[in-house]
Amino acid sequence: MLAFLTAHLEHITAVILFCIGLGTLLLHRNLIKKIIGLNVMDTAIYLFLTSLGYIEGRMVPILQDGITSAAAYTNPIPDGLVLTGIVVSVSSTALMLALTVKLYARYHTLDMDEIILRWRKAGER
Amino acid sequence: MAFVYNFPLFSIILSMFSAIISSVLSGKWAKRVSLIMVCLVLLMSSGLLVYTHSTGEAVTYMMGHFPAPWGNEIRFGVLEAVMAVFFSIVMLLSLLGGMSHVFADVEDTKTNLFFVLIDMTMSSLLAMIYTNDLFTGYVFVEINTIAAAGLIMIRQHGHSLVASIRYLVMSSIGSGLFLIALSILYGITGELLMVPARDGVQVLRESGNYSLPLLLSLGLMSVAMAIKSGLYPFHTWIPDTYGYSTTTASAVLSSLVSKAYIILLIKIYVRVFGYAYADAGHILNVLFVLGLVAMVMGSVEAIRQRDVNRMIAYSSVAQIGYIYMGLGLGTEAALMASLFHIMTHAATKSMLFVSMTGLREASGGKTDRRSLSGAGYRNPLAGITFLVGSLSMVGFPMLSGFISKLLFARAAIGVSGKMLPALLVLALSTILNAIYFLRVVITIYSPQGSDAPLDNVMDDEGHVLTPEAYQEAERAKLQTEGVFLAPKAGALVKNGPLMSVAMVLMMLLNFFLGLCSGPITEALLAGLRIFG
Repeated sequence: MLAFLTAHLEHITAVILFCIGLGTLLLHRNLIKKIIGLNVMDTAIYLFLTSLGYIEGRMVPILQDGITSAAAYTNPIPDGLVLTGIVVSVSSTALMLALTVKLYARYHTLDMDEIILRWRKAGER
Repeated sequence: MAFVYNFPLFSIILSMFSAIISSVLSGKWAKRVSLIMVCLVLLMSSGLLVYTHSTGEAVTYMMGHFPAPWGNEIRFGVLEAVMAVFFSIVMLLSLLGGMSHVFADVEDTKTNLFFVLIDMTMSSLLAMIYTNDLFTGYVFVEINTIAAAGLIMIRQHGHSLVASIRYLVMSSIGSGLFLIALSILYGITGELLMVPARDGVQVLRESGNYSLPLLLSLGLMSVAMAIKSGLYPFHTWIPDTYGYSTTTASAVLSSLVSKAYIILLIKIYVRVFGYAYADAGHILNVLFVLGLVAMVMGSVEAIRQRDVNRMIAYSSVAQIGYIYMGLGLGTEAALMASLFHIMTHAATKSMLFVSMTGLREASGGKTDRRSLSGAGYRNPLAGITFLVGSLSMVGFPMLSGFISKLLFARAAIGVSGKMLPALLVLALSTILNAIYFLRVVITIYSPQGSDAPLDNVMDDEGHVLTPEAYQEAERAKLQTEGVFLAPKAGALVKNGPLMSVAMVLMMLLNFFLGLCSGPITEALLAGLRIFG
């Protein structure tokens, strides 16, 4: 059991972080905390992907000292995926933050339930 | 390599570049660029359809000529071409139908941004249809989500802001789940291109290794796409989103955006995991049950709505349920029925949203049922369009909705254990559809304030009222309740020329799907066979 834990430490951490992030995104009422949850969730996935791509003792995939054997380097694709993923999550975070600013300006609160409450009231008027 | 092979890539790149160019253009020019882009995409997709239909083969197009493990791929056959043609037609009609409202609803300085978002949506829809790479699929899912959120919030009032934050929260959950599912699949197969990934999945299934991660990956992907397309328990964002956006946005979101996710999911099922695997893992059963629940609950919720726009939005929940029900049946015929229903729903829902805009204009901007009464007389074309759309949704013969229901029913027959519930719920859902759609149709064709034109109606003091006096009293009552009252001498509302053209074309499209369904279903079936 302990051996399993240590062998898969990154994966287990990633899964725990993912669940924390998902829970925060889903359950927290504060919009800023929701956005933080989203980021934690995305970061957990990047940790998962990076740990998949890392092989101990191998170098980053940049040609060094004339070594051309593929066995000396790690696979660049997971890192590429993580970079792409970061770009995607930055843009969706930016969009959500912008939207939060708009909502705060209109409803003067960051509480999602409170916003919906005030929005309903404004609608009935 | 035929020149036509380049068309999918061209159409994706073209729509993307239109978005980039439109960001510095004025609203008017951005509109033109958008329209030209959609027309060109339509032309190219039609060319591709003619070509693929004649060869009957699926083509894998390597981007930059890098072979399988390194390069990115586009893959297309008849099915992809049919969907691309159809999506561009619906996109064009939705744009035409809502054009005048775009300029009315969106701030003057931001109209070009609206078209940027439309162009981005178009490019991501096409990419999701054509791509043969899972990670590219993910990136375009995200682009689509962000563009869709923009389309919702570009109409800057409280409703749309709240709707878009809800949409974004739900969609982000979906994206996160999809990405982790993708990472798991990549971790155990080492492939992101769909065809090599299928071989990897095949090896794993035969050896029995990693069976849990494999199933988890498929399950998470299904849940992610179900959230994004609004399957029943995840549907909470739908009514506000569709109900309060500007016309074009509502039409595009309900008819195209949510459908592209389903197409991507079908692609993952058929091409990567194999349909039999999804069936063996009971994922299809879950989708089937959720689909059935959605068909009933969506309709029940729709019946409870007073606002007709929200009613149409809830009806989308039910229709998405139909599509997932077909997916869940797990046969080729049912899958084809689902694909046909994707087309039916896209054609009909965009038509309903556009015609409802016409009716709303004839009713002082209100969309509650009582304000709408008589709107069919005040705006005849919109009334007829709404009538045709409603009948199609209910499943009236000659219209596309009828063919969908027929295909679903035929597909359900003989599927052991699922036949009876599918047929029963299909019948129940049709009745419920009829209740809420025909109720609105009756409302828009009944004169205002005469819900009960009975003989011998008496006022409070016991005098018998003439029908005119009764109507007068009813109108006075409605006035106090804040319901829109039409001027008595039936003033006609004029639709813009573009909107009229769009409505007529949408009706024709619906009749076309209903009357000439044979070739379409054949093409879909042929496409499905080479889809995997």
